[in-house]
Amino acid sequence: MLEFVLERGNYWAIIGLMMIGLYTLFAATNFIKKLVGLSIFQTSIILFYISLSRIDGGTAPILYGKDAKGHGGGHDEANAAYGAGEAAGRGVADAAHGASDAAHAGASHGMEHIYSNPLPHVLMLTAIVVGVATLAVGLAIVVRIREAYGTIESDEVRTTDLEVARAEYAVDKSEEASAA
Amino acid sequence: MIGYAGADLAIALINVILLGLLFVIGVAIARMRSLFAIVMLSGIYSLISATWFVALDAVDVAFTEAAVGAGISTALLLGAMLLTARTAKPETGAMRIVPILVVIATGAMLVYATIDLPAFGDPDSPANTYVGTDYIERTPQEIAVPNIVTAVLASYRGFDTLGETGVVFAAALSVILLLGFGERSLSATFKRKKDKS
Repeated sequence: MLEFVLERGNYWAIIGLMMIGLYTLFAATNFIKKLVGLSIFQTSIILFYISLSRIDGGTAPILYGKDAKGHGGGHDEANAAYGAGEAAGRGVADAAHGASDAAHAGASHGMEHIYSNPLPHVLMLTAIVVGVATLAVGLAIVVRIREAYGTIESDEVRTTDLEVARAEYAVDKSEEASAA
Repeated sequence: MIGYAGADLAIALINVILLGLLFVIGVAIARMRSLFAIVMLSGIYSLISATWFVALDAVDVAFTEAAVGAGISTALLLGAMLLTARTAKPETGAMRIVPILVVIATGAMLVYATIDLPAFGDPDSPANTYVGTDYIERTPQEIAVPNIVTAVLASYRGFDTLGETGVVFAAALSVILLLGFGERSLSATFKRKKDKS
């Protein structure tokens, strides 16, 4: 049970961050605060993807050591031997730990080291850059709203809209009355 | 089954501390009214999440988050704040309860969904097998760049990156169209209207 909680605690913490961002996005009337909430929400999604890409005992997906040389085939036996030797050489008393290292050597498909999954990293790089682009457009719209309405609070903008609509309606009515 | 037991205890501790910091900063942002403090805290939030990306082995993402999230976003938010207002109005009580209910419902559904997710750091999870390992295996043979993220971003999925550049260009264009090049201000607009009438 405790292990189950520990394995998923990260996800729950990220969901907590997402809830804070969503709440700020909904509850704040100030447009800039709304946009900050949106960026917190976005960051929590990025954190979620990156935590999915992590592999226990792995390193950053930058090839080093024997992996970086390239040329592929012929190294597989040497690598397997190296992985086994590494697992034994660490001298960890915990047998389960050694077994997990051996499993990692199997999972790394002939690579000398274990690398975390690079694909979510690439996707999230794109997401960060697109996120800042949308933030810039949102802030530009906020600045234009300030120029047009004199405020950046959503409820005040709505009140102004309502007043303008009522005034226009009253003008139309009076014009109809004078025409008739 | 390789779960959290195989992971380093120090990494777990770093995770807890950094996520706790992020949580505290998030709550502070949600409660604050000074826009300057909110903008600065959002920059700190980005920096701490960049630190967490390093702990999760995503160094490229951490680099981008620190430069774009903490740097450019904060500068943009500061500029917008200087052009508009300094403080936010407090939320009224009636406006709070509905968002809280919606957010709690969403969070509960997501937590329910995490029961089926693979364990944190599981090398055999569906996300970490098929395509990702294929890119890792092919990069040393096919591309002369040791950084796999760079290889995927620029070579295997270069058209995606081109599309991303298009998105950024469109965003810059729309910001220019919205704000003008700085020659038009509110008083100038009013003056032009008066001259016409």
